[in-house]
Amino acid sequence: MTETERDTLETTEEDLIPVYIMGKQYMVPSTLTIMKAMEYAGYKLIRGVGCRGGFCGACATTYRIKGDPKLYFDLACQTVVQKGMYLAQIPFFPAPRANYDITKMEPTANTLFSTYPEVLRCLGCGACTKACPQDIDVRNYMAAGMKGDIAALADISFDCIMCGLCASRCPAEEAQYNIAILARRLYGRYLAPRSEHLQKRLEELEAGKFDSELKALKNLDKEKLVTRYEDRDIEPE
Amino acid sequence: MSGYPPEMQESIRQVESTRTRRLSKTFNSMSLEEREIVLNSFHPDYIKEKMRAIRVGVSKGQRMPTELADIVEGHPHISPDFDLSEPFAETDVLVIGGGGAGASAALLAQENGAQVILTTKLRFGDANTMMAQGGIQAADRAEDSPTIHYLDVIGGGHFTNVPELVEALVMDAPFVIEWLENLGMMFDKETDGTMMERHGGGTSRKRMHSARDYSGAEIMRTLRDEVRNREEDIRVIEFAPAIELVLDDQGQTIGAVVLNLETEAQHYIKAKAVVMATGGGGRLHYQGFPTTNHYGATGDGIIMAYRAGAPLGYLESMQYHPTGAAFPEQIVGLLVTEKVRGLGAQPVNKHGNQFVYPLEPRDVEAAAFIRECQKRDKGIITPSGQPGLWLDSPMIEIIQGPGAIQKNLPAMVRQFERFGIDITKEPMLVYPTLHYQNGGVQLKADCSTEIPGLFIAGEVSGGVHGHNRLMGNSLLEITVFGRRAGRSASSYAQKVKVGTPNLAHVANWNQELKETGVDTGVVSPILLPDYTRRE
Repeated sequence: MTETERDTLETTEEDLIPVYIMGKQYMVPSTLTIMKAMEYAGYKLIRGVGCRGGFCGACATTYRIKGDPKLYFDLACQTVVQKGMYLAQIPFFPAPRANYDITKMEPTANTLFSTYPEVLRCLGCGACTKACPQDIDVRNYMAAGMKGDIAALADISFDCIMCGLCASRCPAEEAQYNIAILARRLYGRYLAPRSEHLQKRLEELEAGKFDSELKALKNLDKEKLVTRYEDRDIEPE
Repeated sequence: MSGYPPEMQESIRQVESTRTRRLSKTFNSMSLEEREIVLNSFHPDYIKEKMRAIRVGVSKGQRMPTELADIVEGHPHISPDFDLSEPFAETDVLVIGGGGAGASAALLAQENGAQVILTTKLRFGDANTMMAQGGIQAADRAEDSPTIHYLDVIGGGHFTNVPELVEALVMDAPFVIEWLENLGMMFDKETDGTMMERHGGGTSRKRMHSARDYSGAEIMRTLRDEVRNREEDIRVIEFAPAIELVLDDQGQTIGAVVLNLETEAQHYIKAKAVVMATGGGGRLHYQGFPTTNHYGATGDGIIMAYRAGAPLGYLESMQYHPTGAAFPEQIVGLLVTEKVRGLGAQPVNKHGNQFVYPLEPRDVEAAAFIRECQKRDKGIITPSGQPGLWLDSPMIEIIQGPGAIQKNLPAMVRQFERFGIDITKEPMLVYPTLHYQNGGVQLKADCSTEIPGLFIAGEVSGGVHGHNRLMGNSLLEITVFGRRAGRSASSYAQKVKVGTPNLAHVANWNQELKETGVDTGVVSPILLPDYTRRE
């Protein structure tokens, strides 16, 4: 597009604004998300796109705005473009990850430190927290990790979508999100209180308690099944 | 400061003015007859001219959305003489799809002694599983039983479900919960370990297990982490969607051709058995609807399995979730979980009046929303032309007390906050959105299909839910049938004698297209939607 054409566009569609995708300028409607703006500009996305709903962490994006010294981080599918945005996506970030057998671990500080010794290298600088598009206090959960507090680490990190922006900013070269999922799995398997009612139901199922009743249901003709369905009592709220 | 434009704020003031009155008065639920009327006139599945019968293949004559029929009848990516002589990789079990069903299948196949390759279109975990918020059903309380769960499922599905599949679903459910917990999933629990369980639309017992409103994400990231721990036996290949199945001279499935999305190279991956777990097809945007689905949901598995000769079923019914976001434009179509209505928010029109009972079955609720906008003209039209109705979320805290929204719906709060909308103070604008594919490839309870060596699990399959799925049964389906498929594929792989690979089914398909003169002009599977705007 020539400058003249762009000028015409700007006068006919006044909400077009300039953004810079990896340094290259495109004019895009000001109402679009970064992701839709890239598509508007003609990109058919393969990397840096996933659920498009803020849950998967595929579209981690870093940007600056012309004239503003600050570096910003967000999800491309959840962030609206601004005039003068300089955009770069981080669709993949190499991060250390330990392999482990969750069935042979103990939910202790030692497990955390031996699986990820770098936990103790955290400088507490907070660059991770600033980068988190989920507004998780990453520094805080890393502090819990340094204390070996698996329950707190699991709880604070719960909304993590593992986009990797924290790791990309960490001067201590940590992969916070991998440490966090280890903690959550240790918590879920070992520290969370067990459900007695679930155990009881499993025993009943193994003893075949519901087999004959279920078989009878399966063999009902439709009319009788409809009656059973309509007559079933509903547990109150 | 409001994130809504002035004309919408005008309507919000009407919503606020009726709130006190509405708090004490709910709209009545419909009679079965009234339901029939609204479904027949307004539910997208009932619009005859938007459906058509497919003209080729073993399920010829089956009706489905025209957009899907066009790609089911599509042309293959590869020619029948594609070189299969030097496989790119070989394994026992090839799992196609990196969502919850694929991950479950890979884990169980590996546990039963198989070497596994899991190949997926985007990143491992980029799947609808990741986006499921509400929860997972399992009858594990004393007040409940698998038989009551069975009745709920089959009644919700209009009594069209395959009984053996429903049996598998409800009987495996408590074992799946235990399995997930042993893998380290964090369920919402009371301090004594009792699971916190809720109702969903159409349940007669509270059996919805959750992990805040990140239930699916918590399942997906846990399964994914476990697959990664077993990298010696499970190789994950990302950005490599399958584009065609490969059979042998006896008609057994022995792998697939995959496409490297970045280099565009096509490779044959040879296997003794294949698990198809490619998920749904919301990105086909039937009848122009927006969708809650992830970017790669384009129905690929249906195309590939059908071309290989596997019968389809139930594809005439799609699930439209009544409450997709309708504003702001940036998040149109994204899911506003059923839990919002479950907690007390009422749907109201532009004048702030109720028009439907908040918890009708999903198909009925969605049809009533469409009627309110299309026929009665009581919807709000956003600046981008999208119709919508209000979901009066501030009612939740009036009913449940302050803080209830942040506590129960953190993902929802975050989603709207990003666009300057505080859902504790202002209502959300919603409209039905394409959510789930009730139908798909037919399967048996052990996940086998009509094609030897082809196993199937998850949203790509059809029959478990009949013609309507209940909330919380899809996360259950992917784990129950993913596990079964992995086990079945692994034991099948130990016994099968593999013949010479060929693509005779592709040649036959081309021949049938030619003879019938069917040409939709599409190469399928389509793999990704095209949202680019090129001048």
